[in-house]
Amino acid sequence: MLSVTEKQAIDHEIALVPYKKASVIEALKIVQQHRGWISDESVEEIAAYLEISPAEVDSVATFYNLIFRKPVGRHVILLCDSISCYVMGYPRLHKLLEDKLHIRMGGTTADNRFTLLPNVCLGCCDHAPALMIDKDLYRDVEPALLDDILKKYE
Amino acid sequence: MERPLTRNIHPDRPALNLKEYEMTGGYTALRKVCSGMTPAALQKLVQDSNLKGRGGAGFNTGIKWSLIPMGEEAASPKYLICNADEMEPGTFKDRLLLEGNPHQLIEGMILAAYAIQANISYVFLRWAYHKAADLIRKSIQEAYDAGYLGKDILGSGFHLDMHLHTGVGRYMCGEETALLNALEGKRATPRAKPPFPQISGLFGKPTIVNNVETLCCVPHIVNNGIEWFKGLSYSEDGGTKLYGVSGKVKRPGVWELPMGVTMRELIEEHAGGMKDGVELKGVLPGGASTDFLTTQHLDIKMDYKSVAAAGSRLGTGTMIVMDSGTCPVGFVHNLQHFFAQESCGWCTPCREGLPWVEKLLLSLEKGEGKKEDIELLDMHTQLLGPGSTFCALAPGAMEPLQSALKYFRDDFEKHIEHKKCPYD
Repeated sequence: MLSVTEKQAIDHEIALVPYKKASVIEALKIVQQHRGWISDESVEEIAAYLEISPAEVDSVATFYNLIFRKPVGRHVILLCDSISCYVMGYPRLHKLLEDKLHIRMGGTTADNRFTLLPNVCLGCCDHAPALMIDKDLYRDVEPALLDDILKKYE
Repeated sequence: MERPLTRNIHPDRPALNLKEYEMTGGYTALRKVCSGMTPAALQKLVQDSNLKGRGGAGFNTGIKWSLIPMGEEAASPKYLICNADEMEPGTFKDRLLLEGNPHQLIEGMILAAYAIQANISYVFLRWAYHKAADLIRKSIQEAYDAGYLGKDILGSGFHLDMHLHTGVGRYMCGEETALLNALEGKRATPRAKPPFPQISGLFGKPTIVNNVETLCCVPHIVNNGIEWFKGLSYSEDGGTKLYGVSGKVKRPGVWELPMGVTMRELIEEHAGGMKDGVELKGVLPGGASTDFLTTQHLDIKMDYKSVAAAGSRLGTGTMIVMDSGTCPVGFVHNLQHFFAQESCGWCTPCREGLPWVEKLLLSLEKGEGKKEDIELLDMHTQLLGPGSTFCALAPGAMEPLQSALKYFRDDFEKHIEHKKCPYD
């Protein structure tokens, strides 16, 4: 069941568009914000609320890379793998992060602390390489700085 | 040298709030327009200024606006959308404008909406720009409170609502018709054209989509006129341009400069030249989907026509420099990985062709390539080129590949001869 808070937030979005189903992306964002990810149940609940089929909701949910259809850790690391970061040292950061966290790209640590995901250009190519943890952007990331950065997230 | 767009942007200071923006002359253009300029006159002014779209396509903004149905019988509501998705790899110019002076963008959007008589507007912002999202949300509210948004703006009878939409990823959202689908809550796949968005855009209504930098130019054109705007430029395209340089240069960054500065000035003066120990090998002049230029092109002007004449595109004007220590095959593999991943899957050549290209490049980079692979890559640049696909994603992807095969072909061949990457 969608919570009262979730429903209120979705209703607010529905009011801005000509028909209910146009707010499906916003609904997915709202539910993910509350639950961390989008489960099969969440897909069905959103579908029922917007009066569309679960398949329609899922086609949207699986299209956008920042809607998570699997559980993620408490913090999500998005490592930029686009061209400027590639030139400036992404491959090394990629390897170091996998080694430090003992996970592969796409994985979540055993203690559920971090999920590591590849990500396209973060738009700070003049300070490459870059990564983002939750909403925090880190620029000019030297391998030596990684430990201090990770330490901030429990 | 005048820098109208970035004059009031200081990265070490917070962005201007409404009061501060007004003190720098903010919203005077809107006052001027609301006190008696007709939408047609505003369209004409922008058309004559020769402002060209800064998102990459370089189409005359005023002409784009003029294709919108006007008058009482036009469908309503009409929409004005700011494309702030900035997802072209290597592009980081709109971020500066969004984070540095959000009211400049909002004023530009209100003016653009007035010119086409749109009553609903959206900022379509990429998800990663959290700071910009907070600022724009706050600034939109300030503009409502001051009467610059909402009903009967400054007594003109014109009304406009503005909303912020933050995305959830996918490069495709930057393509204007895919962006419209995303705003309608659908997968961001492109639409067939015609009908063009001006006739049938968001929710089937007349819609204009403009880039952030384009819209930020509009208040300055209204305030200072056509001749002034044209005079800012070194070339026939009006205005200044936000240029960026990233890669192994001494001072990567973004600068507002006269349209048409040379590539040499950008790299050698503004970016401080190459880092010690590496040399310039190639440049993608305007983002990941533009053709390589090389050292022989350093003196070309960075405007739409000159870059096109040299065989590439100005694109977003943010260049990525490839240095002598970076393998061109690895570089292009990284680009094709991106495009293959971001293909929306709608049309077959793009969905199937790009992953094949990516695989071929990976096997070359690992030293497992065969001579025929280069021919296959050549073939793909034709099969995925303009006219064979539903939208511009795959043709854009082929631009750096075809030019890499042209300028750095010996590097591709060496991977096969030596059975390994010579740069490792």
